Amino acid sequence: MRPGTADGVLTMPVDTDADVVKVRQAVRGLTQQARLSLVDQTKFVTAASELARNTLVHGGGGHVEAQVVSEGRRTGVRAVFVDDGPGIADIDLAMTDGWTSGTGLGLGLSGSRRLVERFVIDSAPGAGTRVEIVSWSR
Amino acid sequence: MSVLAPEHLAQLLEDQREVVRSVWLEAASAELRGRTSRGELEREQDELYDALVAGLRSGATDLYSGAFDSLRGILADLSTARARLGFTPRETAVAIFALKEGLYQVTSASAAQLAPLLRLVDDLGLFTFETFAATREGIIAEQSEQLLELSTPVVKLWDGIVAVPLVGTLDSARTQVVMEKLLSTLVETGSEHAIIDIAGVPAVDTQVAQHLLKTVVAARLMGAECTISGIRPQIAQTIVALGIEFGDIRTRASLADALVDALRVDRRAAGQGGSTAVGTGA
Repeated sequence: MRPGTADGVLTMPVDTDADVVKVRQAVRGLTQQARLSLVDQTKFVTAASELARNTLVHGGGGHVEAQVVSEGRRTGVRAVFVDDGPGIADIDLAMTDGWTSGTGLGLGLSGSRRLVERFVIDSAPGAGTRVEIVSWSR
Repeated sequence: MSVLAPEHLAQLLEDQREVVRSVWLEAASAELRGRTSRGELEREQDELYDALVAGLRSGATDLYSGAFDSLRGILADLSTARARLGFTPRETAVAIFALKEGLYQVTSASAAQLAPLLRLVDDLGLFTFETFAATREGIIAEQSEQLLELSTPVVKLWDGIVAVPLVGTLDSARTQVVMEKLLSTLVETGSEHAIIDIAGVPAVDTQVAQHLLKTVVAARLMGAECTISGIRPQIAQTIVALGIEFGDIRTRASLADALVDALRVDRRAAGQGGSTAVGTGA
């Protein structure tokens, strides 16, 4: 996937650890553009960091689409993490605090959901994983 | 008209040595324009030419065959040296491609007959690019390693208290360096308190938290008490929302708080130590 911007959508590859850092920096820039509060900025950036690492570690790499969105007078940030990895067989289990398929703390997915306002996960075995997160300015 | 056998090509290169070499030297030095001395360039080309002829003589036309080991070695050294001297990859490659100018002067054979040789020169040029890129990547890796060392100072704050101010991204490689440095400093200075300051860490996600926890556990195993300081309000809220538990690990809002705390614990320990001594004495 080539990095680029189209209609304000920033597309970034997630294939290395360095890409995760880049995603984090780009998303931080968007949260500032969307005028999120400092706490919400930090929460959103942390969630993006978790999900980008999931894309890399569990999905075997993929890409992120991020953009500033608006609805009436509110502005917000939306980020979508996509991979073509093995997918998740039991989403409810994966969303449980402390459950981990690797050696992590098991809080990445479940914790991320608590860090953002909207969290949509779509995955099936063999069909990859797609996670969408959105947060709004107050 | 078919292509010439490698042995024939070798013979041709030997016979036409004077002409080919002088044209090659002219073309290459015109390209490098005083960035390297003519004598040096001549010496390099001598070596390359000899290795090329030797390789052809043993019947090879593929640059990656064993017959060209010494040619590739010479070329790799040359390319690496140029990369370190700040030549552009273009300059290095064009100086090799210039050999073709010399080959075009060979009138006793057509370009079609020389085809394997011309292709070999192309491969040589591309090979310098590869070596060049590999050298640059090596330099970058060296520098990032140096940066890694630079970016993790362990400072002694007080007698028995050391601190690590962390700035930037905390990944596995960096955590390893921080942990090693912290543990060795604890031993060297005989310290019992370590303060890890994360005020400069932009985001604490589960991976960073896990790395921090491991570092604290390692320090504890060595008998040192660890405090994590520099937890900003937004980071604190994020950690709570994520559900990370720092358990019984001491945390403080600022490095100053952590230092005061460590000093207080130290004094109390000294006081207890005194009373125990009295107790055993009586």
